[in-house]
Amino acid sequence: MADASGPPAAVAGGGVTAPGPDRATDRKDTAPRGAGNGTPGGPGVGTRLRRGLSTHWYAWVMIAPVVTVIGVIVGWPLVRGLYLTFTDANEGNVERRIGVNTIDATYDFVGLQNYVDVLAGGQFWSKLTWTVIWTVSCVAITFLVGLTLANMLNRKVRGRALYRMALILPWAIPAFVSIFAWRMLFNERSGILNAALEGGGLSAMSWLTDPFWAKVSVIAVNVWLGVPFMLIAMLGALQSIPSEQYEAAEMDGAGPWQRFVNITLPGVRSVSATVVLLSCIWTFNMFPVIFLLTGGGPVGSTDILVTEAYKLAFQRSPRDFAGSATWGVLILLLLVLFALAYRRALRKQGDKEGVW
Amino acid sequence: MATQSTQPAQPLRSGAATEPAATEPAVTGTAPGGPPPGRAGRGERPPRRRGERGPLASFGLHAGLLVGAFIALFPPFWLLVTSFKPRSESFSLSLVSEFSLDNYDHVINNTAFLTWFGNSVLIVVVTTFLAVFISSTTGYALSRFRFPGMRSLMWTLLITQMFPMAVLIVPLYNLMSRYGLLNQPVGLIVTYLTIAVPFCAWMMKGFFDTIPVAIDESGRVDGLTPFGTYWRLVLPLAKPGLAVTAFYSFVTAWAEVAYATAFMTGEQNLTLAGGLQTFVNQHTQDWHTMTAAAVLIAVPAALVFGYAQRHLQAGLTAGATKS
Repeated sequence: MADASGPPAAVAGGGVTAPGPDRATDRKDTAPRGAGNGTPGGPGVGTRLRRGLSTHWYAWVMIAPVVTVIGVIVGWPLVRGLYLTFTDANEGNVERRIGVNTIDATYDFVGLQNYVDVLAGGQFWSKLTWTVIWTVSCVAITFLVGLTLANMLNRKVRGRALYRMALILPWAIPAFVSIFAWRMLFNERSGILNAALEGGGLSAMSWLTDPFWAKVSVIAVNVWLGVPFMLIAMLGALQSIPSEQYEAAEMDGAGPWQRFVNITLPGVRSVSATVVLLSCIWTFNMFPVIFLLTGGGPVGSTDILVTEAYKLAFQRSPRDFAGSATWGVLILLLLVLFALAYRRALRKQGDKEGVW
Repeated sequence: MATQSTQPAQPLRSGAATEPAATEPAVTGTAPGGPPPGRAGRGERPPRRRGERGPLASFGLHAGLLVGAFIALFPPFWLLVTSFKPRSESFSLSLVSEFSLDNYDHVINNTAFLTWFGNSVLIVVVTTFLAVFISSTTGYALSRFRFPGMRSLMWTLLITQMFPMAVLIVPLYNLMSRYGLLNQPVGLIVTYLTIAVPFCAWMMKGFFDTIPVAIDESGRVDGLTPFGTYWRLVLPLAKPGLAVTAFYSFVTAWAEVAYATAFMTGEQNLTLAGGLQTFVNQHTQDWHTMTAAAVLIAVPAALVFGYAQRHLQAGLTAGATKS
């Protein structure tokens, strides 16, 4: 734990800039990379297929386990989930076991009714609005704090290893444990935060029971949980920037701010692009913070889409499986659309090598 | 430490105390990698060298880092402190006034904590092992070969990682219920594999990319098959990568809440994430028990993390930014 900097960072730097295999190469040219047995292109279809099999069988064998596993435990449930969204499945009519008896499913096909219900009701849209606010504020704050701290750590500071260790500690502790710790601090009657406020002559806050402050609290806790990851990622990015660039800029008379804008920011761009995308997706799906800190309360004001979907299926009575699955599918669609738009935006900015 | 203003490695310089303070304050937070130097060529004082900074900047730097470290450390610290307080004092503001281990005693002897711990360890270890085992060859194939179907596989892996648990939890729950896997460790292991396998495959690919292709080539030249190359040459080199990947899937599964809460019910079947919730909920408010259990959960996790963290940066960027 004490070994803080140095070698890993160097590896990280190499990792960012080292050329990955170029996926854009012609896919028909199927020779394994690095092997000298390139197949001449242009034979007939049958020959190509046979030759494809003989060239690629080992690649296909190697990916077979993952393809099978994903097909069975992700693909199949996904298809079933999609099917459920077109039914009226709930607690009372799905297939279930009571003791040794199995009761068959009796739910019916209802077409697009679930989607109509969800999209026409106000619930989904109000949750979506809050989810977007939650995601944007969490990621923005986490990113700013992480970049700032990474900048501060990326210099000669006495006790640097200690600072680094302290700052990534929130990451080392399972999130659900930390969330309970925060719940204790936020406790309205006897938590230490309110005690501190009152000690400072301010009035106590209803941290988790007032809709506004509950939102602030969940965002704060999520930022607390997210900063270490951001910090480490940005630190790796910063350390991959060659110091010659700073020397050259300084030689040319660039001030600290100019160097930050013109060297540091472009230098961390590629890593930031990936990390921000990942954070957005994670935050959008961040279940435990909301579920354990406020339980979505007060009166659902902090429920994001995923916690609401969870509640529909597992906490409300009767359990609405079809409705919950519909929410799930819509959430997935939103995420995929977001990721595609994000990627396109990056491409447009001329990010040739791209993040993925 | 906050008042520490000179650096050990710096040569002594004169006039540090008279540095112009006004030029410094804004840069403590967000200035770039090179510490803010005095403006070069300004005035008669010898210009500050690279890597030096004024006392105020130093102070700001340390102050900022200290505040950050304090915020990062306080909640876990307070949890630890509270766990040593007797029940009546759980929310007292003092540090430990009467040190007691009663909470720990209670958690271990009077609750199902050890059962939960065992469940968690079993589920998470099996998940991690299976995920790494299943996905490493795929990572290698994706890294080294061009083959039809590669692009769609990459997309599948990527999109699967974006899956919110909300999209799979209902169908998985129904399938588990049909096959009697609810409340069984196997059910949760299968569920966690849906998260861990795509993630591990993706990450392993990043690691294999960092191993020079020349090594494969030399294996081929010596007459190894692709499998032989993978097994005898590349995999041994990728061991750190395997370890980091395993570590990540371990941490992810250890801290998973939603599936664990929904799929495992009944006191004997809970995992730690579910068990901790039983101490503090609508019906009970056993904060003192919760703190002791929380410490017992967090300490091993933090130790594993501390051991693995030196590889974190390498793992992150290798896994995250390359495709």
